[in-house]
Amino acid sequence: MNRDRLRHGYVPGMAAFFLCLAVGVTPAAPLQEKGKAAKPRVASAAERQFAVPTPPFTPGIFPCSECHKEMKPNPTRRELKDEHTNIVLNHAQGQRWCLDCHDISNRDKLRLVSGEKIGFEESFRLCGQCHGDKYRDWKVGVHGKRTGMWNGEKQYLLCVHCHNPHDPGFKPLTPLPPPTRPENVK
Amino acid sequence: MPNQESRDNPAFRMSRRKMMKGVAAVLGALALPEKDAPASVWESFFQKHFREMSKPELEKVLARLEKEYSEKYRKAVKVRATPPIEGVLYGYGLDLSRCIGCRRCVYACVQENNQSRDPQIHYIRVLQLNKERGVDLEDAEHYYNPSKVPEKGHFYMPVQCHQCESPPCTKVCPVQATWKERDGIVVVDYNWCIGCRYCMAACPYGARHFNWKKPGLPAAEMNPETHYLGNRPRPVGVVEKCTYCIQRVRNAPGRYTACVEICPVGARKFGNLLDPESEIRYIIENKRVFILKEDLNTRPKFYYFYAT
Repeated sequence: MNRDRLRHGYVPGMAAFFLCLAVGVTPAAPLQEKGKAAKPRVASAAERQFAVPTPPFTPGIFPCSECHKEMKPNPTRRELKDEHTNIVLNHAQGQRWCLDCHDISNRDKLRLVSGEKIGFEESFRLCGQCHGDKYRDWKVGVHGKRTGMWNGEKQYLLCVHCHNPHDPGFKPLTPLPPPTRPENVK
Repeated sequence: MPNQESRDNPAFRMSRRKMMKGVAAVLGALALPEKDAPASVWESFFQKHFREMSKPELEKVLARLEKEYSEKYRKAVKVRATPPIEGVLYGYGLDLSRCIGCRRCVYACVQENNQSRDPQIHYIRVLQLNKERGVDLEDAEHYYNPSKVPEKGHFYMPVQCHQCESPPCTKVCPVQATWKERDGIVVVDYNWCIGCRYCMAACPYGARHFNWKKPGLPAAEMNPETHYLGNRPRPVGVVEKCTYCIQRVRNAPGRYTACVEICPVGARKFGNLLDPESEIRYIIENKRVFILKEDLNTRPKFYYFYAT
């Protein structure tokens, strides 16, 4: 009795299955693009918006164009003698110098490798060019720090809030006092 | 000289049975608060368990506590009993590749949770371990105090209450003064705890702390935003522990815990384990994660991981 039921349901079932395959599962996209050549995909300029606190500028230094719009840009790679002498580059200094990251014509912007100009509040995209794994972790909150509400509005601290871009290594901190040893408890 | 006559006619008649009844009655009366004690003392003596109180009873208790604490600390103290948020199970992540052992989390917690300064109570204990030996708890240094951290060749592992899913501490409490809430936080009703410290013996992580003396909490440093099951000022003789800053995280929207906010290197991650988009879920799914003392099957919700 069970075998009969199975057999009666089997054929219509298989027919329905193949019908579904033919109609529903076949992707429509290749049919549309058959006539056109494949276009390369271009990533959008800003992948996602992040709420970041104000970048930690040295007080009085921003906007940089206040001094720099009158000065003639000098693209020669050199050690700076007149100004900004307090900045010692300790971050791939053999491969780069100032104007590889800072834009030569507009000092209020940073420069990506593609030539794109970005603002200082988007500096994570610049860091992410070389430090892709950290950038991916930062985007999901595993690297770096977020403040605010765990289930609400957050502020993602920029890379430069913790890492000085010219000398990014963390400096050791003084630890706070250890707990009282039990034998010292009065 | 005692003689038969004086023995047959004692000065006052009392059988031993009567005497014992009298002594028991006197002791019982002594156990109650004094007749002239303020009403609050009577009310706190007869207060019910937190989970048994009805809403109006609870509100009365909270009002009484707010009044007491506000008078004692000379500021407007709020005591809330915010219930858990639906659909939330709190999880914590600690990045061992980032922690530098600076102990800023320890003292931020002390400040936020109104812990006793003297005698000293710290909910978080940072251990200094050797990179060569790995996580070997018997080789841990608790009292490290170099001039700068991190020290070469060492890594740091903070330990606090892991809010276990199968907590041994709640199983052993003889009066059920401690239990696990729906959002995963293990809490203590300080008015119900009898101070037997059995939970402290049961906890494998040393996360519970006892108030041996009256807590020394300076009024100027007191955090007035408190929760009944969390950071309200504790009396002497009760057990306390980390509650994932229950007064912060249960708000809508909830703030991060104090330790997560203060960490200067971003080694601490906090979120909702039931939310597939949260950072703690990403960590569990994508990073090398481990828990302490896994063989004890406590199932802690505090995950150590290496981000690199």
